[in-house]
Amino acid sequence: MSEAERSDVSGSELDAVSDHPLSVSNVEKRFGGVVAVDGASFSVERGTITGLIGPNGAGKSTTFNLITGVYTPDSGNIVFEGEEITGLGPNGVANRGLVRTFQIARELSEMTVLENMLLAFKGQLGESLWRSVTPIARREVVAEERELLERVWEILELFEIDHLAHERAGALSGGQRKLLELSRALLTDPEMLLLDEPMAGVNPSLEKKLLERIHELREEGYTFLLVEHDMDVIMDNCEHVIVMHQGRVLSEGTPAEIQADERVIEAYLGGEV
Amino acid sequence: MSDEPSDRDDASGEPEDGSPTDGGVDSGDPSADDSLTDRFAALPRWQSDLLLIVATVLGVYVFIAGLGLVTGLGFGGVTRTLRTVTFLAAAYALVVLALNLHWGYTGLFNIGVAGFMAVGAYTMAIATADIDPGATGTPGLGLPVPVGIVLGMVAAGLVGLIVVLPALRIRADYFAIVTLAFAEVIRLLITSGALREFEVLGRELGTGGGAGINFARLDTVVPSWILYRGGTIEQGTNLFGRQLLTVTNALGIERTLVENWLYTLTLVLLVAAVFWLLVRTGNSPFGRVLKAIREDELATKSLGKNTDLVKIKVFVLGCAIMGLAGIVWQGRNGYVDPNAFLPIVTFYIFIALIIGGSGSNTGSVIGAFVFIGLLFEGPPYVQRIVRQNVDLPRPDTVYDGVVALGGLDPLPLLGYVVGQLPNIRFILFGAILIGLMIYRPDGLLGHRNEPASPIDLRRERPPTAGPSSSARADGGESDE
Amino acid sequence: MEIEAVRGRVSGLSWEQRFGLLLVAGVVVMILDVIRRLAVGELAFTTLSTFLWRGLVDGLLIGLAAVGLSMTYSILRFANFSHGDLVTTGAFTGWTTAWVIGGVGVTDIGTRLLINADGSSSARELDLQIFAEPLAIVGGLIVAAIGTILIALAIDRLVYRRMRTAGGIPLLIASVGVALALRYVIVFFYGERTRGVVRSSPRLEHPAIFWTESIVVHQFVLVVSAVILIVGLHLLLQYTKLGKAMRAMADNRDLALVTGIPTERVILATWVIGAGLTGVAGYLIVLEQETLNFNTGWFLLLLIFAAVILGGIGSIYGAITGGLIIGVADNLMLVWISGDLTRVAAFLLMILILIFRPQGLFGGVETA
Ligand SMILES: Nc1ncnc2c1ncn2[C@@H]1O[C@H](COP(=O)(O)OP(=O)(O)OP(=O)(O)O)[C@@H](O)[C@H]1O
Ligand SMILES: [Mg+2]
Repeated sequence: MSEAERSDVSGSELDAVSDHPLSVSNVEKRFGGVVAVDGASFSVERGTITGLIGPNGAGKSTTFNLITGVYTPDSGNIVFEGEEITGLGPNGVANRGLVRTFQIARELSEMTVLENMLLAFKGQLGESLWRSVTPIARREVVAEERELLERVWEILELFEIDHLAHERAGALSGGQRKLLELSRALLTDPEMLLLDEPMAGVNPSLEKKLLERIHELREEGYTFLLVEHDMDVIMDNCEHVIVMHQGRVLSEGTPAEIQADERVIEAYLGGEV
Repeated sequence: MSDEPSDRDDASGEPEDGSPTDGGVDSGDPSADDSLTDRFAALPRWQSDLLLIVATVLGVYVFIAGLGLVTGLGFGGVTRTLRTVTFLAAAYALVVLALNLHWGYTGLFNIGVAGFMAVGAYTMAIATADIDPGATGTPGLGLPVPVGIVLGMVAAGLVGLIVVLPALRIRADYFAIVTLAFAEVIRLLITSGALREFEVLGRELGTGGGAGINFARLDTVVPSWILYRGGTIEQGTNLFGRQLLTVTNALGIERTLVENWLYTLTLVLLVAAVFWLLVRTGNSPFGRVLKAIREDELATKSLGKNTDLVKIKVFVLGCAIMGLAGIVWQGRNGYVDPNAFLPIVTFYIFIALIIGGSGSNTGSVIGAFVFIGLLFEGPPYVQRIVRQNVDLPRPDTVYDGVVALGGLDPLPLLGYVVGQLPNIRFILFGAILIGLMIYRPDGLLGHRNEPASPIDLRRERPPTAGPSSSARADGGESDE
Repeated sequence: MEIEAVRGRVSGLSWEQRFGLLLVAGVVVMILDVIRRLAVGELAFTTLSTFLWRGLVDGLLIGLAAVGLSMTYSILRFANFSHGDLVTTGAFTGWTTAWVIGGVGVTDIGTRLLINADGSSSARELDLQIFAEPLAIVGGLIVAAIGTILIALAIDRLVYRRMRTAGGIPLLIASVGVALALRYVIVFFYGERTRGVVRSSPRLEHPAIFWTESIVVHQFVLVVSAVILIVGLHLLLQYTKLGKAMRAMADNRDLALVTGIPTERVILATWVIGAGLTGVAGYLIVLEQETLNFNTGWFLLLLIFAAVILGGIGSIYGAITGGLIIGVADNLMLVWISGDLTRVAAFLLMILILIFRPQGLFGGVETA
């Protein structure tokens, strides 16, 4: 684990960056008296599905929020693709290619599924106000929209929610909203995806499909950091697992190592009962 | 404007399968089985919207004209009322559209609308007022009217920028209080004696304090541009002016009346232009980001959108339009004073927007017409008609009315109520706001499905349309 | 080196802290300037004491009205824009009573019931002041409280109760509707005319006790009533079960709901206490101003909001303190700026606080 200061980036560290796009060092976050994340450090290897587990309240979602710029850490720093992203804000982080989904799906409920999906594309010409209103420039906007729409239909069909395309997103079921969020995140063309309990509320057959899709994407080179409570999912799909407990990284390793780790078992038993 | 329909033609070219109402498009519409509404729904979006607006405007006109003519108000009285209603509704439509951009689209709960209108109108007034207005007037910069209008819009936009920059991150209800307080600060400043007259770079300027400020009458200046050569009556009529005035002379219509109507029609054109601009803004990827911010700003940011920048742009644009509305509406008589910008004005605009359904540009225009034509001008109009036809007693107080009612004479109480109609309408406004919030938060028209996109998304169908969900699992998974 | 260190420390501060420092610095400068002016003789001591006294009077009135607004803001979770019109309601119900009692045998009941809507009588004719008509004035005070409470409860039943689960913005908009409807129902009965309803206050000369030249009895009555009510409120909040439940709910409604506090009963108590104090404030405002208009409360609304925000939304003591600060500042500002700009200063202060310190001057939501 490289936990060195970012100011003295050495040669070996650069190598570390190339196969570990994300590294979190000594990150801390307090809410009033609660220390939600207490000096957590870990890094995520490129092209893997890395699991982040831990009992309820361990600080997983808060860590996600720190990485994705929703919160600013009280101390510590976060590096993505060799660049410090601490304090960039959610949009800054997302634009670097680090995109997340939320534990409780945040669909845009009064907008249709199509609108939700179309929103995801980055750098759309029509996001500039003048282009949207100027007669000739608008032609490009329309043309672009058609192209984007094709990709939207593709992914909607892939996730089997194309029949919901015109539905208000708020009218979708919990599982459908999770699918919406994940497919929307994919459309942003990310380098790495942070998924906070993407399987919660999704039916088993769809869950299987979702995992297949995640594996496919990983083979294409995407990196995943996955929070999940279902141990079977973690053990069957992750190359590497990070265990958090009380805001710290308790242990990490391959699923087999984690399963054998006394401390992890104890944390789960002690934390839950 | 020419390529607007063609966008839609593209869109409506595809789904010729004749069943636009399947899927979730029209769910929730109780009368979807009616063939007329079916046909209405099948129209391209811009056509159905235009139809809706025209129908509302005509409805309001027919109501006013019908009531007036039946009860013997006379042609003159009716046209006068129609002109007032058209003018006010157009002016309202302008601000309501701007507010819809702020609140309806972006969720920026701005209740300082009157303040931004004041900035626009006062900047215009100060810029165009006479340099030397005589002993009692307030001096200005003496600039030409078009320059004044542009300056007014720019100033309103700049003040909007000053308000929105620090307020980007505060809660919606705090944002409301901040904007209201800011509008009050502006009104108090222009009322204050301290700014009645001041000197900038050796030029005497001022707001005129409570006395207000005089400048060129817009409802004379603007028609002059249309009717006369060089924009001044001295150089004689231009081609259009000569023909128009010949016709109106023959009909016996006074020239001032013609000018007034011209000003009102100019305003209607202005509304059409702003409507067009905002429809385009809304129906675009930019507009989609606006809606997304309204729904969930954090989720929008997490998709990489710079929501702060977008909010700033939208707020400034909306404020500039509010400034323009302040100029053409409150400044039409060539005079503004602080009382035109009381906070209540903002709430009128809110009522109009909520009636039409916030989030819809079409609803904004409809709301403005319904509010002005029926709610705002309606009760005084009814009062006028009743008083012209029936000779009701006019007791001083409700007590006298009630006493008479006790003596089995209901007329005095009725007379009192008729006399109070202009006040009773405010009770009505309140009741409408409450009722809408409780029973129809989406506005009278209900929720309008207006997806934000340059193409009509409601009509889009999957390219591989057919018996969905069955064949896909194995076949459709090829990436690219 | 030293400058560097200071700069380092300053840049380490949050915006909020910098704003706080700036605010404190501003206040210190102003106090120093007042002292300088007193010393130089630019400002007479009697003038200053008059400003302070008037600030206290205004501040107590605003504070009383602010308590109710602060309570409904935190417990019902919306900015109640009809609160100003509850002030007006108190003024009208109270002074109707005062006229009905005080005008017996002087003028007919129609005139009295509508507070001289027909202009056929006058406060002078009724001799409506505390020494001549103590019963009428005190009776009016009590009815102002009761009447406002009843109307507020009716409104809650008709409007807000149906919207308990609605968000803050729909409730805010509905409250604007309530404000309009309530205000113009009053206009329907009483008319639009501004009128004098109280005689000028009798004065007591007593240089040994009062540092001002004389004491205005009505103002004195006002201050005493307000202080009694505030002390009563304090006792209620600290020593009764209800008070504790209300404080808990203002602090954290969700938590309170989980712990089984009877929500509707707390909401009822909120309206009773909040509207009662607000009605009294409206009544006393007229006692001080001597005139009555249907816009009286509406025009005060933003100042009341300023007090609530200064004190921190949800904090009852904060609301009273906020009211006092606004009242004193509004008057003391006259040392530097003209009278038609003091409100500008108050509103700007409120805006700055909402932006930089939304939890109020005294920190978080602590109703204790
Ligand atoms: N915004 C917040 N304010 C106060 N406390 C918070 C906040 N967010 C999280 N916490 C606290 O921080 C701790 C860690 O919470 P977090 O949501 O990160 O846990 P988690 O590992 O995601 O749990 P779960 O598995 O239940 O989702 C908890 O004690 C939680 O109560
Ligand atoms: Mg979590």
